[in-house]
Amino acid sequence: MDMKGLNYSCTTCHVTKAHKISGRYYSRPAPGRHQLALPADDGERLACESCHSRRPHKKTDILNHHTDRVACQSCHIPRYARGGIFTKMWWDWSTAGKLTEAGKAIVKNDKSGNLIYHTKKGDMGWAENVVPEYFWYNGSMSYLQEGDRIPAHDGPLELNSLQGNYADPGARIFPFKVMRGKQPYDPVERMLLVPYLFGKKGTGAYWADADWVKAAAIGMREAGLPFSGKVDFIRTDMYWPITHMVAPKESSVECAECHRRDNGRLAKLTSFYLPGRDRWQLLDSLGWGLLGLTFLVLLLHAGLRLTSSSRRKNGNVQGGKS
Amino acid sequence: MKIKVLLYTRFERFWHWFQAFLIIFLLVTGFEVHGTVKIFGYGAACYWHNLAGLTLLILTAFAIFWHLTTGAWKHYQPCSDNLKEIGAYYCVGIMRGESHPFHKSQERKLNPLQALSYFVLKMVLLPLQLVSGLLYYLYNDWLSWGLTMRLDGVAMLHTAMAFVMLLFLLVHVYLATTGSTLISYMMAMITGWEELDEEG
Repeated sequence: MDMKGLNYSCTTCHVTKAHKISGRYYSRPAPGRHQLALPADDGERLACESCHSRRPHKKTDILNHHTDRVACQSCHIPRYARGGIFTKMWWDWSTAGKLTEAGKAIVKNDKSGNLIYHTKKGDMGWAENVVPEYFWYNGSMSYLQEGDRIPAHDGPLELNSLQGNYADPGARIFPFKVMRGKQPYDPVERMLLVPYLFGKKGTGAYWADADWVKAAAIGMREAGLPFSGKVDFIRTDMYWPITHMVAPKESSVECAECHRRDNGRLAKLTSFYLPGRDRWQLLDSLGWGLLGLTFLVLLLHAGLRLTSSSRRKNGNVQGGKS
Repeated sequence: MKIKVLLYTRFERFWHWFQAFLIIFLLVTGFEVHGTVKIFGYGAACYWHNLAGLTLLILTAFAIFWHLTTGAWKHYQPCSDNLKEIGAYYCVGIMRGESHPFHKSQERKLNPLQALSYFVLKMVLLPLQLVSGLLYYLYNDWLSWGLTMRLDGVAMLHTAMAFVMLLFLLVHVYLATTGSTLISYMMAMITGWEELDEEG
């Protein structure tokens, strides 16, 4: 692909055997006991470690101390959507259906040519050179599937939830693009809707008749799912693991982008002690307080020593005279 | 009558100054890893801190061997004689120009207060710091050893002991100026020779 580089094809990594393409996400984020995830050991050559091993950093061994808890991608893909190609970050279906005063469809693009509003699709947001968001991830996700009831949740509804956390030794910190949006759902049946979008005028297709209730009724009937007749919109998040667009090693994420007191890349991952970021405030205050106090006492002592010794010297001189 | 005595042998002086350098360097880089100062850059601070820590570990192994084989360990045996007098000397006597209540000799180089504080330094502070530092360094292997504790505790202990070490350093450097001149103790630790009162 990259003619200046090693000119790999997709299947160099996505090894294909008997019509099975390895991928799509890393099924084994941390190669088990093996230093190298060789095809013979792990059956595929998909992980970075398959070729680079778990200890690929030759000059700075401390980086190798990270590979058990931090995925290669976390540092080696400092930003995604690079090279002037934007990526879609936001899709709000709830604003679809607006028309001009003349009753025409609206299509709006931003300066870079990205579609930001379409009557059929609603509002969209785009970004480039995006800093990934980081989460613990052990290679498994659980998906909210068609027909699943929406579970009780805080914040936006997760369309796929990541498995693994700090306590899970198989989980590592992994970079993600989080696709955010608003999607139509049935607030009574608590189910995401399968709307009928594409069709001719008069068929009830949303892109022809612009009626969410009709489109939802047809779509859900076709899918064999219940529909209460009510349509509302729900904030949704979807996690996309980032694993392509590895940058040259010189542009890898720097230590201090995570190991810093405030606003680090891992600021939201608080379930563990991160050196340089975390501290026990009480201990620091106590330590510096005690040091300051001791310094003052020593200063006082030194002052007293100085004045008393000069007084003594003067005394001696006088004593010598008399 | 004053006599010049070789108080600190060549190894002892080498050990003292090398250890002093390592400890100061470890404090600086350590507080950078802790996020308090920015001097070397995080990665470099981490790298040099680890290297200096491992060096101190090796130096300590040599020092332990030296103390055991030469019998110099006896100097650190704590005893409570004169502790009050020595305390009173540093608070009052030193201002009046009195002489130190303890008489140094080649047989007993450290006054009881020194012996006690160095004993705590060597038997409690330094081991805690070296062990917690080594554990911190080998954090990745904890799981394979069956250790399930979190990094928090080790990091807290290591930081707390760093504060105590810095406190020791501050007081130590200050007390080093209380010889017959401001630098006489320091010169003794450089040349090995110190002028002592000849005992009766």
